[in-house]
Amino acid sequence: MQALKIRNLVKTYKGGVEALRGVDLDVPAGDFFALLGPNGAGKSTTIGIATSLVNKTGGTVEVFGHDIDKELEAAKSCIGLVPQEFNFNQFEPVIEIVMNQAGYYGLDRSTAYQRAEKYLKQLSLWEKRAVMARELSGGMKRRLMIARALVHEPKLLILDEPTAGVDIEIRRSMWEFLRKINQQGTTIILTTHYLEEAENLCRHIAIINNGKTIESTEMKSLLRQLKVETFLFYLQEAVTQVPEIAGYVLRQLDETTLEVDVTSEQKLSSLFSALGEQGIEVKSMKNKSNRLEELFVSMVEGGQQ
Amino acid sequence: MKLAEQYVAFSSLLLKEIRRFMRIWVQTVLPAAITMTLYFIIFGNLIGSQLNDIHGFKYIDYIVPGIILMAVINNSYANVVSSFFSAKFQRHIEELLISPMPNYLIIIGYVAGGVARGTVVGMAVTLVSLFFVDLSVQYLWVSVTAIFLTSILFSLAGLINAVYAKSFDDISIIPTFVLTPLTYLGGVFYSVNMLPEFWQNVSLINPILYMVNALRYGMLGVSDIDITTAMLIICGFIAALFTFSLYLLNRGIGIRS
Repeated sequence: MQALKIRNLVKTYKGGVEALRGVDLDVPAGDFFALLGPNGAGKSTTIGIATSLVNKTGGTVEVFGHDIDKELEAAKSCIGLVPQEFNFNQFEPVIEIVMNQAGYYGLDRSTAYQRAEKYLKQLSLWEKRAVMARELSGGMKRRLMIARALVHEPKLLILDEPTAGVDIEIRRSMWEFLRKINQQGTTIILTTHYLEEAENLCRHIAIINNGKTIESTEMKSLLRQLKVETFLFYLQEAVTQVPEIAGYVLRQLDETTLEVDVTSEQKLSSLFSALGEQGIEVKSMKNKSNRLEELFVSMVEGGQQ
Repeated sequence: MKLAEQYVAFSSLLLKEIRRFMRIWVQTVLPAAITMTLYFIIFGNLIGSQLNDIHGFKYIDYIVPGIILMAVINNSYANVVSSFFSAKFQRHIEELLISPMPNYLIIIGYVAGGVARGTVVGMAVTLVSLFFVDLSVQYLWVSVTAIFLTSILFSLAGLINAVYAKSFDDISIIPTFVLTPLTYLGGVFYSVNMLPEFWQNVSLINPILYMVNALRYGMLGVSDIDITTAMLIICGFIAALFTFSLYLLNRGIGIRS
């Protein structure tokens, strides 16, 4: 069963702007799915159509088998949406926002209260339940939108840049929360500009550029396409010149930092051994940039050429 | 959605709307009571005492139904137009649009909110009127029905205004330039029989004339218009505006890109 199946989705806005020019997506049920693309690529428009906030020009969208042209209400019942921008009434108390949303899905007040309590507690907002939404911090507002999206316990949760502008501590706690929700069976679609986030959380990935799907595959197989990775080595002791090791290109950034390109055929263990033979010990290391980011940039730039 | 779920969804929206205007009652309920008190004092007591009776009623007694209805019209309209436009402006209308609530239920929910405020304000103005007149109601159900239908009609009108509005200016243009003149020319402060025949006929195209006379008939037992005709015309307007509202929401005009 596909949680979301999109075929040849087209959207032309008034004035002739073509936002989508044939997007295809297959999101398996239970998946944690990354939907990536540069600004203006068409991610939010795709999500808008799937959640019926945007009228499509052409193509088909099915949510858990429900075609939005034929069974819109059933399709809507399956989806919870956390949009990019705050879209709740700033002048309502937190708990009312969550309970009202439950009501719109037909949940009676008693169930709505129980669910609101459950998710507000899980997202550390229960103490703020009587506070007006406008008084919350940015991170709290993001979490409020997650609680609101989950209150009817949707089978598919769509998060459009949920961690934008959120500090790292809250971002990591949100990752943990989303992992838990996904493990409990909720399919999650995530759009983000933090590619580390997508790489850490998601099992499948689709990349949209210029209104078209340019890649849709498993995260692991996508990362395998990366031909060269660049690492930074932090050395135990300073070196005066760049070590020469056959087959590797090393560059010295400062006395104790080396940069090295490693191809997919090469092994880091061989490199460490060769460095060790020259009396150079590596204290720690890291990727110069995120692996997915390198792939993403090459794909998007490739698509624009 | 099943019927029971639809009821829950409707009552959630209605409750939200009632909470909204009651939370700011100083802005939503109190001003109407104060304004209408001034009408009673100035037009009813001070000027009205100098005027002849109309249809056998003292002037202040004659204008009470129209003043109550004027408050109902203004507040039903204002409630829906401001609430729906705010929801669009702050984008929390999306809470409803992504939910499985059918569009007709969204309309009914907002209209019910407008009816609730129109009724609350109508009751407040009625209570105020007790300080100035000995209020007697000839036909209770006619009065209740007239208030109910009028608030439905103007809630729908407010919704349509909000759908098309793109700025806060757009939600004040219709009340200022259309609603207020129609209300004043709808026989609130006079009987249309007092006008020359030409203007009597022109007045017949003003829907508010029928509503004011329906309530006047319910409260005083006199009307310039046949009560059945008045009720049928109000119902006709409601059917037309509801159908148009549904068309707008189904097409997503003003709310979906």
